[in-house]
Amino acid sequence: MTAVVPRRSRRPRGLTAHIVLVLAVLISVFPFAWTIVMATNTTEDIYKSPPKLTFGSHLLENIRHVLDTIDFFGSMLNTVVVASVTTVLVLFIDSLAAFVFAKFDFPGRKVLFATLVGFMMLPLQLAVLPQFILMSDIGWVGTLKALILPALANAFGIFWLRQYIENGVPDELLDAARIDGAGFFRQYWNIVLPMIRPALSFLAIYAFVNAWNDYIWPLVVLNDPAHLTLQVALAQLHVGHTTDYSMVMAGVLMASVPLVVVFTIFARGFIAGATEGAVQGS
Amino acid sequence: MTSPPVTGPAAAPRHRGGPGPARFRPRRTPPAGTVRPSRRGVVSHWRQYLAISPFFLIFGVFSLFPVCYSLYLAFQRWDGMGTVQFVGLDQFRFLWDDPVFWLSIRNTLAIWVLSTVPTLFGALVLATLLHSVRRFKGFYRIALYIPNVTSIVAVSIFFGAVFSNNFGLVNAILGTVGISPVPWLSNPWLIKLVIALLMTWMWTGYNMIIYLAGLQAIPTQIYEAARLDGAGPIRTFFQITMPIMRPIILFTVIISTINGLQSFSEPQVLFGSNAANPNLGGPGQAGLTTLLYFYQSAFVNNDYGYGAAIVWAFFVLIMVLVVVNWRVVQRGRKS
Repeated sequence: MTAVVPRRSRRPRGLTAHIVLVLAVLISVFPFAWTIVMATNTTEDIYKSPPKLTFGSHLLENIRHVLDTIDFFGSMLNTVVVASVTTVLVLFIDSLAAFVFAKFDFPGRKVLFATLVGFMMLPLQLAVLPQFILMSDIGWVGTLKALILPALANAFGIFWLRQYIENGVPDELLDAARIDGAGFFRQYWNIVLPMIRPALSFLAIYAFVNAWNDYIWPLVVLNDPAHLTLQVALAQLHVGHTTDYSMVMAGVLMASVPLVVVFTIFARGFIAGATEGAVQGS
Repeated sequence: MTSPPVTGPAAAPRHRGGPGPARFRPRRTPPAGTVRPSRRGVVSHWRQYLAISPFFLIFGVFSLFPVCYSLYLAFQRWDGMGTVQFVGLDQFRFLWDDPVFWLSIRNTLAIWVLSTVPTLFGALVLATLLHSVRRFKGFYRIALYIPNVTSIVAVSIFFGAVFSNNFGLVNAILGTVGISPVPWLSNPWLIKLVIALLMTWMWTGYNMIIYLAGLQAIPTQIYEAARLDGAGPIRTFFQITMPIMRPIILFTVIISTINGLQSFSEPQVLFGSNAANPNLGGPGQAGLTTLLYFYQSAFVNNDYGYGAAIVWAFFVLIMVLVVVNWRVVQRGRKS
């Protein structure tokens, strides 16, 4: 989709638009900049009136405090494991199911799909309490399994990929493959998957970011202070050491930088995918 | 770290020894969307059922069953350890008379309105501006979307620091122009305002991207025609852009209703409870949202039945608001 260039470009109007947009960008990125300021200074510098507004040289010291206070890398590893495993499995499970719903007619298809879409609308919190009871009954409380498995029931992914496959993968191609003797799974693996790459990369980032940032469920189900995800560890750091701003901010910085970097690298495709899904979904 | 999609190399379908169209017989896999379900359908579609079974197994165990079970729990009294006792509608009767529940509903609604209105309005303005510029489009889109991928916990800690009553940046700046410190995190309305600001910061870019996609889908000829008919930019916006965008605006209103009412992490992190202040939601519980109250009832007080009742009552509220919003946006179409 190429942006159509407006015929008459009156300079002042374009300039005003840029000024407003740049202001909005400044508001968007200001918290990151100010977090760095706070994380690189000492708490006394921040508490001063007026506070220090420039970058300081205490970042390493603050980071060391964070590492002494919480098991930062341990919780980061937990988060990386949970987010990666969840993402890979969601991509596989959802694309397979989406292919079936997009291209096959079978008894019960409509009912199953309607159930799935209906549950997509339900607030997740309806299930949190019984999920916790379930996890305690099967002894999974405190384990990473308890974080990964419920996240695999990602109905949005199926809904979204199904639309993409329905429109993006021509029936003729599948028919041709069938004539050539490709079975169900081969059609999925060799034709559908390569063709829906853009949709998959969007879903991958979506699932990964959600798993990385999830807070309420890990907070409920992880009870061992030595075994947390990054978000829960960060919240604990905050609650326990509210007065030591510079250290807490170093933790915030360390916890959010990796994801923002990853997102910025993949952002172009992700935003293209997000807009497509939104317009189709409406 | 980010796992790429699990796709194999785009291998071309293998060609076997020239099966011509004449010899084509659909075998066990019927052609797409052409075969009507029959009695034998269930058996002949075993591959498809197998393919969707992982999702539906997990879905059944971790979504469907828990949702039904929470409805069951809402009619019981249970602390998670003793016996489960059926109490009928008692939990809901108690809920109806519980001032804290209604306080949490008022807080949630106030935060929702304070955040959704500026978010959607700002998103529409930014999307229109972004649509009109030629340069740096990609940069603006990414830079404005970034708030949406940062973690709520990190953002909440940041807002807590910046709006801190004593040492926050905002009060420091106000101080330099001679304004005495504002109690951002202890005044009931300012607490809601800070939470709403936080949510606005996080969600404006997301909605902007959606609006932008809608704007890009509008054919430019329509605007040309309007311009030839002498319509100015404002008139064009209200008479052409808005009506075409209505379905997309409806979509964002619904999404914002569902998301915006579920605020939990923001007040939970901003006002983490401790021994000195066992009540969640900050001073005067002004930041106690309904989900936070649910969390407190279910997981702090171990009152499972009451927690389930809160979350179901809350769900009904969300549904009512979604339907109301739907009606409001749809009615605008006719006028």
